[in-house]
Amino acid sequence: MSVITAPAAAPTERPVSRLESLLRARELGIALAILLVFGLTTLNNHAFARVASIQQLLIGAALIALLGVGETLVIVTRNVDLSVGSIVGLSAYIVGDLFKYHHNMPVVLGFVVAIAVGAAIGAINGFVTTVARVPSLVVTLAMLYIVRGVDGLIVNGKTIDPGSIPKAFTAVGYRTLFGIPWLAIIVAVVVATAGYAMRSFRSSRDLYGIGSNPDAAVLAGIPAGRRVFTAFLISGSLAGLAGALFLALHAQIDVSGGTGYELAVVAAVVVGGVAIFGGSGTVLGAALGAVLLNTINQALVASRISAFWNGAIAGGLLLVAIAFDRWLSLRVARSLQSAEGAHRDL
Amino acid sequence: MTSDLPTMTPVTHSHSVVENGNGAPWRALLRWESALVVVLIGALVFGSSESPNFLNPTNFFYIGMNMGEVAIMALPLTLVIMTGEIDLSVASMLGLSGAVMGYLFSNGWSIWLAMAAALVVGVLGGAVNGLLVAKVGLPSIAVTIGTLALFRGIAEILLAPRTVTGFPSSLTTIGVVPIPGTQIAYSAAIFLGLAVVAGIVLHATPLGRALVAIGLQPEAAQFSGIRVNRIKIWLFVLSGVVCAFAGILLTLKNASVSYDAGTGLELNVVAIVLFGGVSIFGGRGTVIGVVLAVAIVGALQQALTQMNVQPEVQNIVIGVLLLISVVIPNGGEAIRRIRDRARRHA
Repeated sequence: MSVITAPAAAPTERPVSRLESLLRARELGIALAILLVFGLTTLNNHAFARVASIQQLLIGAALIALLGVGETLVIVTRNVDLSVGSIVGLSAYIVGDLFKYHHNMPVVLGFVVAIAVGAAIGAINGFVTTVARVPSLVVTLAMLYIVRGVDGLIVNGKTIDPGSIPKAFTAVGYRTLFGIPWLAIIVAVVVATAGYAMRSFRSSRDLYGIGSNPDAAVLAGIPAGRRVFTAFLISGSLAGLAGALFLALHAQIDVSGGTGYELAVVAAVVVGGVAIFGGSGTVLGAALGAVLLNTINQALVASRISAFWNGAIAGGLLLVAIAFDRWLSLRVARSLQSAEGAHRDL
Repeated sequence: MTSDLPTMTPVTHSHSVVENGNGAPWRALLRWESALVVVLIGALVFGSSESPNFLNPTNFFYIGMNMGEVAIMALPLTLVIMTGEIDLSVASMLGLSGAVMGYLFSNGWSIWLAMAAALVVGVLGGAVNGLLVAKVGLPSIAVTIGTLALFRGIAEILLAPRTVTGFPSSLTTIGVVPIPGTQIAYSAAIFLGLAVVAGIVLHATPLGRALVAIGLQPEAAQFSGIRVNRIKIWLFVLSGVVCAFAGILLTLKNASVSYDAGTGLELNVVAIVLFGGVSIFGGRGTVIGVVLAVAIVGALQQALTQMNVQPEVQNIVIGVLLLISVVIPNGGEAIRRIRDRARRHA
């Protein structure tokens, strides 16, 4: 299915526009699903549409959406990054620890350190994956354990509590600008930047080419190793940034911070229409996938349905989303075949 | 999905160091399994250097008791990964099975009927995975992330926030005492029994060759008359029912069950299978390798626990072993490639 929806594989002008409209429809579909869930819940419980409630919807989805941006870059190249949850935990704790002993450290430096920690781990992921040509699932699974272990060494049973983190830093977690949480603004800027880059830059289009057909991409002169390395580097850096935001949001951190995020991120990305075997999908879709999953979670709470239903509904929705993708790609393949008889190999 | 996997397989990826089979007898010693034996001996030496009582039979009972459920789940997962698929829902199925058992038992069912029902749920859950992967044609990594959330979610609906206790002590004692007259835990004995069966099936039957063939080339396997889809469905069913069985064992061992039993264990199980030398792309691996991996991880965890190393820090060991297990077999190839490149540039 990856090959079919990849723009690079479309032979002529006409199918491209049709493909594009379908891809766009995908994000539109998720946005409509979000509005539907939101509308139905609001009918049931008017408090759901209050400003504070909407702010919570955005804040709750922000970290997974941010991680989803990096994960999309990686998955589009037919790789996966399972280490993001551990990176969030490690970078958050390191920044918290720094603030504990250097309370007057500039807030910006906290973010820089967090991103640097993430970038370093992302570089290791990318280096091992591309140079040793080892499957990224195994490399990043190993890094999930190693990074969490290093975190355990540094944390050593302690907890950073809100008292040791400067107010100016935690403000990022709760302040709003014109009613929009800073957290959501930061993530939106990242999503918009990455979304623009993924559409417009040649190097980012290469990522789709690599994911559609790695061998063909290399033969076409795409520096696949360098591109995949960069994707992992960005994924790691964004996970580091997410760690800093995690600390700002929760104002405390122990050894378990970010545990289990990796599969939540992959779930959001897949719901957002990114093909798990690479070659297609958008950053915006991934972010919307995160918002949809979080909106459903909070809608259950607002509808006074037991929160115990969250997991089952999220899982069922994920299955529906990938089944829908499959159906869609089969349909596109069929319509392309009838339109372009010569390109049956699509 | 089936058409996507073969292109994911780099030709260089292999766990056996020697590929060309130019038959010098000592070359057999270079197999990954031989390396695992050396690592296991190293782990035992390390353990006994830290504690004189490490090689005490009682210690082996504890290792068996701690590793039992994870080890049992690793066996069907080995077969699934051999075919190039993956099952990430194993730990959630373990949790769901325990939850079903606890729910029915607390509603007055006999313990035997409750356990039988848990196994039936395992069959059904495995069938859902298998049908979605083989019949609908969805990627198993996405499907089983979905059912990971779904199964855990159903467990949550059934049981949260309760903890069910009061299971008959005649049954719960088998989780915490060795088989009479030995120092072997029941779950360890069951694991070894199942491992022998899995080893015979995989390495000495036509079905086992079929699994290898599917993993190496699904389409070629299909054309040579192997019923690829039917085999995959039954493998997922097997995985479901064996994980349900592991859930029963865990419930009896703990003498209590809540919905979140075994959360996050899926990645431990995957890590052990991959460390055992099973290729994530399918087609390569041995049951003996997985058994050795279980023994190594169990021995190291026991040694580190006795040294009072925190569980989080112990993760480093699993992660490093996993990383080494994929980098070393590919390392020679990578160094040759880099040297060639340097020569070309010179």
